Amino acid sequence: MTENTHTNEPHVLPLSIYLGIGSILIFLTAGTVYAAGIDFGAYNLLIAMAIATIKASLVAMYFMHLKYDNKLYLLLFLSAIVFLAIFIVITMFDTLRRGDIYEIKSGAIRDAVIYDSLPADTTTHAIADSLSISTDTTDVVIDTTH
Amino acid sequence: MSQSHSDHPEFLQHHFSDAEQQRESAKLGMWLFLLTEILLFGGLFVFYAIYRSWYPEMFINAHTVLDVTMGTTNTIVLITSSITMALAIRSIQLGRLKQTVWYLVSTFGLAGTFMVVKYFEYAHKFHLGQLPGHFYTFTGIEGTNPHVFFSAYFLMTGLHGIHVFVGMCLILWLIVKTKQGKFSPQYYTHIEMTGLYWHLVDLIWIFLFPLFYLVG
Repeated sequence: MTENTHTNEPHVLPLSIYLGIGSILIFLTAGTVYAAGIDFGAYNLLIAMAIATIKASLVAMYFMHLKYDNKLYLLLFLSAIVFLAIFIVITMFDTLRRGDIYEIKSGAIRDAVIYDSLPADTTTHAIADSLSISTDTTDVVIDTTH
Repeated sequence: MSQSHSDHPEFLQHHFSDAEQQRESAKLGMWLFLLTEILLFGGLFVFYAIYRSWYPEMFINAHTVLDVTMGTTNTIVLITSSITMALAIRSIQLGRLKQTVWYLVSTFGLAGTFMVVKYFEYAHKFHLGQLPGHFYTFTGIEGTNPHVFFSAYFLMTGLHGIHVFVGMCLILWLIVKTKQGKFSPQYYTHIEMTGLYWHLVDLIWIFLFPLFYLVG
């Protein structure tokens, strides 16, 4: 809290902040749906995540009062994001680069009913065609190192 | 305890020196809980990231079966509910009890709307067999392991949906307590903490929406 720590009076934000931030959030939602309709190639994911991050920051800073509260809460929130980033980045290094060490067999997960019970001319065929292999097997080898 | 109950407000617990310390402690505990919530969903985001990087074409093909209109509607509904939740806290800070109840009821209604839209989306996918793992019987998606997309979809939106449901129960409880006059500008911790929780639920949906409905 700010100066009035001992008076026990809450720090009240003006209505215009809530309505303004709310409008920006809805505008950005429309923006991200619009942007998804345009093909930016490899940047599609980046643009969508950038907009989502801006929206999330606005919610955290204004609706969750992190901008105005004790900065300890902001530190806690950011530490969660840092650990999440470590979690994702290191796992991705592993799963994407594992093929550098030994060959990875990446194939159909046979738990799914579609790979056992479907007539051969539907999905299994489509999968095989898209990977240009023979339909005798669904044991597909995909190079995941690219 | 040497203090008698008449020395302090009813809401102040004896183990806190003053109301401010009590409030700050509650907030610290709530943020620690929200931290674990982020990491709980974090595991599922990692699951999404790995399988998307392994089967990018399948993810792009599979995501087209989701209804963008319903997803966008739900995003706007949830953001609006976050606004009404924030305004409920502002109202109780100003001591406007009736307005607080009204904003809480609006938040509850919007959360209910979210769940109804979600119900129609789920029902449609159950009908078509667009389901996780060995429940998957749909044949219209090309690419290896399309059922994995729906495992991610149902796990992540499902866990989020459970959070929305819990949030609705909490908001209902707040409506009752506010009507009973339990809260005042000096004491509204329950509303503030539920607000933090509700905004986090909104925040997670802000990422789920583009990852499942839009990116392709």
